[in-house]
Amino acid sequence: MAATLDIKGVEKTFSIDGRAVPALAGVDLKVEPGEFLTVLGASGCGKSTLLRLIAGLDTSYEGSISLDGQRIRGPSLDRGIVFQEPRLFPWLTAARNVALALENAPLAREAKRRAVDEHLALVGLSSFGNAYPHQLSGGMAQRVAIARGLVNRPEILLLDEPFGALDALTRAHLQDELQRIQQDEQITTVLVTHDVEEAVYLGDRVIVMAPRPGRVAHVFDIDLPRPRRRTDDRLVQQRARILETLEEISGESARPLATQPVGPLEARPALA
Amino acid sequence: MRRGLTLPLILLLAWELASRLGLADPRILPPASQVLLRGWAAFWNDDLLGNLLASLTRDLAGFSLGTLAGLCFGTLLGLSRLGDRLLGPSFHGLKQIAIFAWIPLISMWFGIGELAKIVFIAIAAFVPVVLNTEEGMRGASRQLIEVGRVLTFNRRQRLTRIFLPSALPAILTGIQLALMASWLATIGTEYFMTVGPGIGGLIIEGRERFEMDQVMLGILILGVVGFALNAVAGHLGRVLTRYETA
Repeated sequence: MAATLDIKGVEKTFSIDGRAVPALAGVDLKVEPGEFLTVLGASGCGKSTLLRLIAGLDTSYEGSISLDGQRIRGPSLDRGIVFQEPRLFPWLTAARNVALALENAPLAREAKRRAVDEHLALVGLSSFGNAYPHQLSGGMAQRVAIARGLVNRPEILLLDEPFGALDALTRAHLQDELQRIQQDEQITTVLVTHDVEEAVYLGDRVIVMAPRPGRVAHVFDIDLPRPRRRTDDRLVQQRARILETLEEISGESARPLATQPVGPLEARPALA
Repeated sequence: MRRGLTLPLILLLAWELASRLGLADPRILPPASQVLLRGWAAFWNDDLLGNLLASLTRDLAGFSLGTLAGLCFGTLLGLSRLGDRLLGPSFHGLKQIAIFAWIPLISMWFGIGELAKIVFIAIAAFVPVVLNTEEGMRGASRQLIEVGRVLTFNRRQRLTRIFLPSALPAILTGIQLALMASWLATIGTEYFMTVGPGIGGLIIEGRERFEMDQVMLGILILGVVGFALNAVAGHLGRVLTRYETA
């Protein structure tokens, strides 16, 4: 099921009040089958934009993004996506919300029903299939959204700060759950976050992005066995190093534009 | 509900007393009891039920026609930019014209029979349904529309899975307003167009014969039917949008 994601020389420019504002510049990335990649950066570094391009929600950009060699030209059920908000349909029950993702799947009715049940069970909500979104807590709603993102058994799962709006305890719990699911299903995963701990704890690799224009600044391999412990010394050390890098980046971007290093190679030493 | 009944009951009592005590001329304001007796008699002798049924049938026909057309037109305005640019300004201009101003035109175009009345009622129902449907469709969440794109919804799925359910509460408000407007229009047609069977006709007849008890009876029935229609629509709305509060 898992696929290789290949991003080559992606440039994205937004037009704001007639001015061209670069959002992504020269992004090159390769995500291996079954890899859990986390993309880390401050707000405005283009990480969510990158995810939207991968999802196929925005197709006006330079460069190429392909999944298993197939150029991405729009949304597809091969790619599951979970947003920061659960984005459930308030008039449908949890089960019907998950089933909605199967509307255009080539499955028989019975197979769809089974897939919905399985994926509700996968996120631990078997007994909440008949609940409406307003009856669920924020964490439960986000689990339903994860089930909806997975129910098509996509080749890649994309998550855009999926736990950003949750309280710390729920967030930690859902991170563990996501890690377990990703391990079980061996699905290629890209998670965008601004939370250093989350990026390090979940990622096989952490991509640190820098803003203006959005680009890959550093790549860190997190070569630690799973399941991981949050208090693991090596994890804590990695976290400290990445935090330092982030601070350097934000220091740079706080300086006047003229003194910023401009060469793309300088800006991403890890890839050079 | 019980508290809401207090004021009408007091008014009814005051009305009865005012006539009985000679505070009001009973030829102009007959006592409530006489109106009720008149109703009882009309029910058995003057085909009151037939008149009521004639009004309700007319109302329902016009209401259904106008609501259906309003749903389609409102959806067009709400979802198609071209449709909105092309037809929106005309509609928003025309809706400013008071509904009763249409009567001469409609009489010219559709004659003075039942059809003309139904068309008139349909126009009255059409306007609020269009306005609310359009607004409801426009108010659909951008975020859910994006989820629809991710799930590769086609045009039909976007309409039935996202836009219609999003607009449902607004549509129901529109339908409730249309119910009231069309009941008002029903009586209007019976007043201003040809006299035929119906509660409006009953009232006109009462006025011409100077039988104020019949006039009052007609007015009472209008109020009760209007109240009942509104209550039914409100209840239906609550049932259909139960997911919001259940």
